[in-house]
Amino acid sequence: MSFLGMPDAAGPPAGHGHFVADQPFPVAAERALADQQLRRNLGHATSTIRRKRAGVVAELPDWAELRTAGAAIKDDVLAHLDEYLEQLEANVTARGGTVHWARDADEANRIVTDLVRVTGSSEVVKVKSMATQEIGLNEALAEAGIQAIETDLAELIVQLGRDRPSHILVPAIHRNRSEIRDIFRAEMAGVDPELSDDPGALAEAARRYLRAKFLSAEVAISGANFAVAETGTLAVVESEGNGRMCLTLPRTLITVLGIEKVVPRWQDLEVFLQLLPRSSTGERMNPYTSMWAGAIEGQAFHLVLLDNGRTATLADPRGRSALRCIRCSACLNVCPVYERTGGHAYGSIYPGPIGAVLSPQLSGLDPANNSLPFASSLCGACFDACPVAIDIPSMLIHLRARVNQANGRTPEALAMAVLARTMARPERWRMVLRLARLTRPLARLRWLARMPGPLSGWLASRDLPRPPRQSLRDWWDAR
Amino acid sequence: MRVALFATCLVDGLFPDVGKATARLLSRLGHSVDFPMSQTCCGQLHVNTGYPENALPLVRNHVQTFDGYDAVVVPSGSCTAAIRHQHAELAEQAGDARLAGQARAVAERTFELSEFLIDRLGVIDVGARYPHRVAYHPTCHSLRLLRVGERPYRLLRAVADLELVELPDAEQCCGFGGTFALKNAAVSSAMLADKLAAIERSGAQFCTAGDASCLMHIGGGLRRRASRVRTLHLAEILATTGGGR
Repeated sequence: MSFLGMPDAAGPPAGHGHFVADQPFPVAAERALADQQLRRNLGHATSTIRRKRAGVVAELPDWAELRTAGAAIKDDVLAHLDEYLEQLEANVTARGGTVHWARDADEANRIVTDLVRVTGSSEVVKVKSMATQEIGLNEALAEAGIQAIETDLAELIVQLGRDRPSHILVPAIHRNRSEIRDIFRAEMAGVDPELSDDPGALAEAARRYLRAKFLSAEVAISGANFAVAETGTLAVVESEGNGRMCLTLPRTLITVLGIEKVVPRWQDLEVFLQLLPRSSTGERMNPYTSMWAGAIEGQAFHLVLLDNGRTATLADPRGRSALRCIRCSACLNVCPVYERTGGHAYGSIYPGPIGAVLSPQLSGLDPANNSLPFASSLCGACFDACPVAIDIPSMLIHLRARVNQANGRTPEALAMAVLARTMARPERWRMVLRLARLTRPLARLRWLARMPGPLSGWLASRDLPRPPRQSLRDWWDAR
Repeated sequence: MRVALFATCLVDGLFPDVGKATARLLSRLGHSVDFPMSQTCCGQLHVNTGYPENALPLVRNHVQTFDGYDAVVVPSGSCTAAIRHQHAELAEQAGDARLAGQARAVAERTFELSEFLIDRLGVIDVGARYPHRVAYHPTCHSLRLLRVGERPYRLLRAVADLELVELPDAEQCCGFGGTFALKNAAVSSAMLADKLAAIERSGAQFCTAGDASCLMHIGGGLRRRASRVRTLHLAEILATTGGGR
């Protein structure tokens, strides 16, 4: 262990998948900020859902206790993950399911692809799932000649638009209805070429398209919100009913589950089935909760347990509580940074505050993700909203330190060290404040904004304060 | 009661009027205030930018400086939060249990200005008069790390002739965030733009808050826009005289 309890370099392997950024956050964010349509869509969507969430959270007198319970259950899971996973495996197996263990994205994709191949199907229907987005399962299946069809409406829009999701719960939050109509007209086989952008008409078009797929698909692939160790039960929580169709009709069901999704007891669902819908959609209860355990007559069941960087995340005592996350996306909806940049700027399928702590950890602090822990003003709205009390701001600060430590002696590190050494000596600090007076004439010069350097961004929209003639300590001494 | 003012490095160096106002206010309320000259910075800048090892000497200096006082008053929610939530933990992480204990003891006696006035002194009407329309911006750290809640509003409502106007979306961050404003300047500017628009929509002549840092950010933006709205710290309003007291 090093200075701040940081894990040693050698440890469980990093994950890989769609949680590594293509470009630094500030660059991607600046492009997103310029998109006025995106700003309007996001502002409208997040403020609506914020209001709904606040209403249904406030009406529960025991929300604080529920939140504490949710955090405690998850912490217990993380502390005994090995035991609960083996218990889950035993119970799923006892009920006729087959459990597979996948170290990383490649292994999980290979397992699922082989399982589909055995069935002889070249088409699978999918339930909305972050885990399969994370590992890029659809692309892996496509390489094997298998077409995966997303059946969640927003995921379908993203898939048909050859796009990437920009929100955990509302993956097409960046699209408006005329864009969706254009995507359907261009990409949806058999759609009415005169399709309007009326939301009802769009939903009906998707419904017709998907109904045929539900009825013909031999294989379904899902994720799961929860897996109960003591019973072997899997649970999917959804709004549209597409999940129910996928989970019940096909002859083969394959579920990819992040290993942190296990909960010990059936009773624990009582806590999470209250926390999740109120935090995510702002509903008291979601329309469909599907639960199943093992295989049933006429349907084979495979459970793929996915690590992909989770064990590595678990190794950091100050970062591991990110694994409490139940993917509700409340933190995205309250985040002032997310609201202005949208999800694509984060370069990961996990955007927003939780993405800024989860993506770097799952990827083993991949340097491409180094800007993510800094993509926050540390305003703390995420921590307040989180139903499992993940202290995201403190974790961001911890990850900033890990990033800086990995980066070594940068000019910034040097400047910060010099500043700290100066401030640790009051008399030196007094001299610095006296020297700062000399910059008084510069404070109002706006052409400074065009000079490169760390202040240029500040000066683009803000004036600098003019240093006073006398610091407080000099005034105090002289009075 | 021996009371010390921890002015914060920002107030010391850039906004001395805030420190003077705090001292003036407390002395009017009957508490002479020390300004121990060995004070510098709480180290939050270093911790929050990811250089906790640099902050440790600053924590040590801070703890030594304020160890003997009954109360330490800070005109900043953010720095109070750093003292309360970061100092002892930093010392512990560095394996210095003695420093951690001292830091905890200092933190327990450290108050943000509105906390000190209401919780320690039991004062709401401080005798100030400020005949202007004022909007209060609840800074994120005073709001969510200290939970000062209604305290600043209660103090402002008791100021004679002050008209407290409602600030739309008051609890939205102004976009400062320390080095965030430099590292993510474009996003920070977008957040600031919305805050400035809300301030101007509120009809206020002055925007106040409990943190000089956020006010530096908001004030810099207002000045750039050539807005007529000015910023000033809560302490500066409360230090005015002519109220009922």
